[in-house]
Amino acid sequence: MASAATLALPLAKVGEVGESFFHERTSETLPCQAHESHLFCFDWAKENIDSFGTPTLQHLELVAFSVVIGFAVAFALALLAHRRLWLQTPLLATTGVIYTVPSIAFFFLLLPVTGLGRDTVIIALSAYTLQIIYRNATTGLANVPSAAKDAARGMGMSERQILWRVELPLAVPEIVAGLRIATVSTVALATLAVFIDGGGLGAKIYGRGNLTFPTSIVIAGGLAMAIAFAFDLILLGAQRYVTPWRRTAEA
Amino acid sequence: MSATLGALVPSGSIGGAIEFIFEPQSSNVTGGKEVGGLSQVVELMLNQLELTVLALALALVVALPLGLYLGHRGVGETLAVGLGNVGRAVPELALIALMASVIGVGLLNVTIALAVLGIPPILTNAFVGIHQVDHAPVDAARGMGMTEAEILFKVEMPLAVPTLMAGVRGATIAIVATATIAPLAGVLTLGDFVINRNVYGESGLLAGGILVALLALALEFALAGIQRLLTSRGLRLSAA
Repeated sequence: MASAATLALPLAKVGEVGESFFHERTSETLPCQAHESHLFCFDWAKENIDSFGTPTLQHLELVAFSVVIGFAVAFALALLAHRRLWLQTPLLATTGVIYTVPSIAFFFLLLPVTGLGRDTVIIALSAYTLQIIYRNATTGLANVPSAAKDAARGMGMSERQILWRVELPLAVPEIVAGLRIATVSTVALATLAVFIDGGGLGAKIYGRGNLTFPTSIVIAGGLAMAIAFAFDLILLGAQRYVTPWRRTAEA
Repeated sequence: MSATLGALVPSGSIGGAIEFIFEPQSSNVTGGKEVGGLSQVVELMLNQLELTVLALALALVVALPLGLYLGHRGVGETLAVGLGNVGRAVPELALIALMASVIGVGLLNVTIALAVLGIPPILTNAFVGIHQVDHAPVDAARGMGMTEAEILFKVEMPLAVPTLMAGVRGATIAIVATATIAPLAGVLTLGDFVINRNVYGESGLLAGGILVALLALALEFALAGIQRLLTSRGLRLSAA
């Protein structure tokens, strides 16, 4: 009620206020939202920063699920190929084809099977991470010096002990390197989820069927890159934590 | 004929998509105007291919000489490798959207945006590939009196072909994949089927996915063939 009264007030006083009240708006007096070409509008950013919360969380969710699933499958396959060497070539070829199919195409190919939404995005992105992680894991395991394996065998370790206590720890840097590449690319790729209603930061870039205005794109793109670097740092820290012998070697 | 086929396969399935690729379908938004069909598919695919080739060429012109030079001199590792890492984190969608909304739409802008995607993998791999070439053949070449340019082009580059081409292949896949969202910036590619879902329907969406996947695989096979041709016979024999 009160707002209606205040709204009516200036209208009633039009005659008294005169020309000074109604001044024509030039491009200098327009709020920056109105400029299509403004790269960044602080006023808009301040008012709308809240609306980026949910997409950011969705984005984190998409990436976390995809990388965890991709890592689990790739790791299992790498261990399998490590045991059964004849599996290596067919597995590398298959994961290679999956990697070549662009993830955006993958989204649409999965549509008849899994439908629109988050599940399809996660499946496509995990398939994408699979190849990178698998390739690095097999290279890492293959690069373990045979001297270390022979020494372990000579100490009376079983094959299982050799794998878990010698080969895998020594392969950690390569495995983590693959994981980092996969995670960082997945953060960027997950922006495309918006095309199949998968949510995420892409929704703030390509909103309501249109390219939204630059400020939103800059914020969403910046957030995506910040997420990518944060994940990268976390993985790097994790690697240093689980390979203490490399820390002393570097120092 | 198409009506009976349409009745047999549920909408949005593979069957509908294949039908969409080969035969024009009537759309409910274009006022009875037919969409899809082989002629439109071929046109859009050629557009996407053209855009990919242009962007790849631009990326190669910028990144390859720089990467080769830095790799040969062994300087600028932070730049070459760091740029590769940062480039991987840039969301393609944001890049295209920003270019389109700030600079404007059109072939040139999209080509530049896509080339930006292709530069990091080419630069990083050119640097790493040249830099990690075994020192023995390089020293031998220098001892034989080869100039630095000869060493780079006749010794280091042939030995680095697998790594160089891995970068080019990665860049190509990234560019052709991202060219799918070029219609957002006014360049019609196969992505039009995908982005304008209300015009082309579910069959168009799926057809677009299939076509982009096929195009990427075809390019990958073509580049694998080129890589075989570029690899010197001696290396091919030792790899086999």
